[in-house]
Amino acid sequence: MSHADTHDHDHDHKPKGFVKRWLMTTNHKDIGTLYLIFAFAMFILGGALAMIIRLELFQPGLQFVQPDFFNQLTTMHALIMVFGAVMPAFVGFANWMIPIMIGAPDMALPRMNNWSFWILPFAFTMLVSTFFMDGGAPAAGWTLYPPLVLQGGKNLAFAVFAIHMLGISSIMGAINVIATIMNMRAPNMGYLKMPLFVWTWLITAFLLIAVMPVFAGAVTMLLTDHYFGTTFFNAAGGGDPVLFQHIFWFFGHPEVYIMILPSFGIISEILPTFSRKPLFGYVSMVYATAAIAFLSFIVWAHHMFSVGMPFGGELYFMYATMLISIPTGVKVFNWVSTMWKGAMTFETPMLWSIAFVILFTIGGFSGLMMAIAPVDFQYHDTYFIVAHFHYVLVTGAVFAIIAGVYYWIPKWTGNMYSERLGKIHFWWSTISVNVLFFPQHFLGLAGMPRRIPDYSTQFAEFNMWSSIGGFAFGLAQVFFIWIVYRTIKGKGTTKATDRVWEGAKGLEWFIPSPAPHHTFQDGEPVKDEQLAHVSSH
Amino acid sequence: MSNTEVSNKSHDQYYVPHLAKWPIVGSIGMTLAAVGAATFMNSETASTPVMMYLGFAVLIFMMFGWFAEVIKESEGNLYNPQVDTSFRMGMVWFIFSEVMFFACFFGALWYVRNLSVPWLGGEGVGLMTNTELWSGYEGVWPTNGPGDVGGKFELIDPYHLPLVNTILLMASSITLTIAHHALVDGARKKVIGWLIATVLLGAIFLFYQVEEYIEAYQHLDLTLESGIYGSTFFMLTGFHGMHVTLGAIMLTVITIRLMRGHFKPESHFGFEAVAWYWHFVDVVWLGLFIFVYII
Ligand code: HEM
Ligand SMILES: [Cu+2]
Repeated sequence: MSHADTHDHDHDHKPKGFVKRWLMTTNHKDIGTLYLIFAFAMFILGGALAMIIRLELFQPGLQFVQPDFFNQLTTMHALIMVFGAVMPAFVGFANWMIPIMIGAPDMALPRMNNWSFWILPFAFTMLVSTFFMDGGAPAAGWTLYPPLVLQGGKNLAFAVFAIHMLGISSIMGAINVIATIMNMRAPNMGYLKMPLFVWTWLITAFLLIAVMPVFAGAVTMLLTDHYFGTTFFNAAGGGDPVLFQHIFWFFGHPEVYIMILPSFGIISEILPTFSRKPLFGYVSMVYATAAIAFLSFIVWAHHMFSVGMPFGGELYFMYATMLISIPTGVKVFNWVSTMWKGAMTFETPMLWSIAFVILFTIGGFSGLMMAIAPVDFQYHDTYFIVAHFHYVLVTGAVFAIIAGVYYWIPKWTGNMYSERLGKIHFWWSTISVNVLFFPQHFLGLAGMPRRIPDYSTQFAEFNMWSSIGGFAFGLAQVFFIWIVYRTIKGKGTTKATDRVWEGAKGLEWFIPSPAPHHTFQDGEPVKDEQLAHVSSH
Repeated sequence: MSNTEVSNKSHDQYYVPHLAKWPIVGSIGMTLAAVGAATFMNSETASTPVMMYLGFAVLIFMMFGWFAEVIKESEGNLYNPQVDTSFRMGMVWFIFSEVMFFACFFGALWYVRNLSVPWLGGEGVGLMTNTELWSGYEGVWPTNGPGDVGGKFELIDPYHLPLVNTILLMASSITLTIAHHALVDGARKKVIGWLIATVLLGAIFLFYQVEEYIEAYQHLDLTLESGIYGSTFFMLTGFHGMHVTLGAIMLTVITIRLMRGHFKPESHFGFEAVAWYWHFVDVVWLGLFIFVYII
């Protein structure tokens, strides 16, 4: 980076040499960068697996892979995307932005912060290495349901220990976020002055600490059932395979909110900037986030409607699930109201954010359909589910991540990305992602099961479209790498100003671009006029 | 190394260490332990998990190094009260994560006792399951399931060793609290005495726990493989025992630090963190005594 020396005064020296700078770093910005690069790499790896899946599904019949390997692909694709791409990307944002947004010198526990990151490459090497073992990678789906998952090859122990390591990393990361937000805010940075991104991450961190240990417990029981003769999930011994599903989804449903709440935060930063209006209903956004987080603990069995629960359970989980659409609706209405009569401009981050609001809402609506227990008997385990969660996770979480990268990359690198390339990337992705996932709704409604490499010929046409959309979307993200690379290198770009965006508010826009290695070390109170929200409380 | 780089920081600034060499060591240790254990579990022939032990050794080495660094900084007065608060929050939320880990196993116990075992016995939605698959199975706790997995077994009498162990752990919480008060009063000798008593009580607890396991395996035919009863019993008490072991080791370290003159009456977070942990382990035991042994 050519600008490395320009801010080099006493506080600002970066450690020299690769090992010290990256392996031993305690700097929240460097660790954030590591997280983001790692997440990007995993996104590409997971995406490559998805390309093989779509290639196989391009036509009916088996053409490229065997069924068992196909199942390994879907399982590993999901595990890599969830735990390797989306979650680390958000932790990367948290690391970079939270200290800057609340005026803290760094994360509260910087050494532990380093460890949280440096567990990930090891854990994923272990997990991915199962592809090369006897019996291959785990193949029972990312939900790891017994008894199927217990019938695989040698991968189980490796997968379980990898998940333990990821859990340790996530819990330490979450503890750091909580301690940072609760303890490190600069003077005059009250809770209700915090940017919404900080709020959503605070709540996400609580979710993480509450459910990652439960997931660890669940996979531990798988491990002992497989290797040590326990019978947690074996009816002959008095256990129950459905018990696993309950424990898994007690973790799994909050987990999907772990992947969406920080996106809500990012979108809530971007929309006001380009609408040149404060966020509509700031306080209600905070409460809605908390309400969603609370509800996420008491709806888990909507993933299990067709498993044979007692009738009362079906009813309870149906109504409880529907309740979530209320706080979620509050958010969507607030975003729309934020844009309403705003002096809007449509820079790249704004485009991604608007697409997020529309497409995420589609995912929310299909969720609402599936929440109706009697009809979910039809939808369950079909491509309708696949369409639903890709709308909320790709056009939701991933779009928010991409929006956030465009929004903050000028602050990170000091260079503006190319607006023209960014817009091409946006339209290319948005069109192709809908070609990819929208037809899957119809495939699911018509009865095409998920996690099957072959299908009946009546599904051929929509699958072909879906695959074409998939390849196009995949290619668009390779293009994104190139855009990011050029921005970092400052090729074909302009220098970013400190404020970057005309309407931007919040502390991060009052420090230089690129952000110096150390910021907010003097403990000065923050000034109200620099903040986006100054609720009187 | 990292200490010298930051020694010019004034005391009222939040202390941010500049380089961390231990995390990567920890990651390597963790990976060695995990790969070693996984390979060991998968191997069909008897073997010694050398790599796993090596991994644990590296992890222990890492912890010594890491904590030594933190202790040195702490004793060198680099930490202001705000840093102290960060540590406190870290410990509180770490313990909360442990609570959730145990909650997972207690939840499983609740589920099998109240739902799946009665269902297998034909209650509620389980009528067909029972008549078609497991006819004749009663579905009453304690059970090793309709398949009689692991064969007949007997239970441990809660009012012998487990009751003694309950008293021991409760007593250890009291001795620890006395030690804490002594520390606040600045009576170092007294603190060390009561801490040693606490560690001893923990050690006796562990000794009896091992006795109990031996008894279960050799005389009661109660093993980890005794169906769902054995699974829940040994996993819950086993994880608890591991936590007591860890807690006792941490208490020992604190005792040694006290002997070396560490901690002050007004600031002794390391002591408090371990005390919180010990009380947490104690409360888990109460849950075990009630829900696993008695009821
Ligand atoms: C209004 C909000 C939502 C509702 C009512 C809802 C409802 C549901 C229901 C009922 C299912 C289970 C369907 C079945 O398997 O039969 C499901 C699956 C799923 N949902 Fe949602 N959902 C909502 C939002 C979200 C969000 C925000 C995310 C993630 C960011 C998400 C991610 C998922 C995933 C990953 C699955 C599939 C899990 C699997 O079986 O592999 N959902 N959703
Ligand atoms: Cu859910």
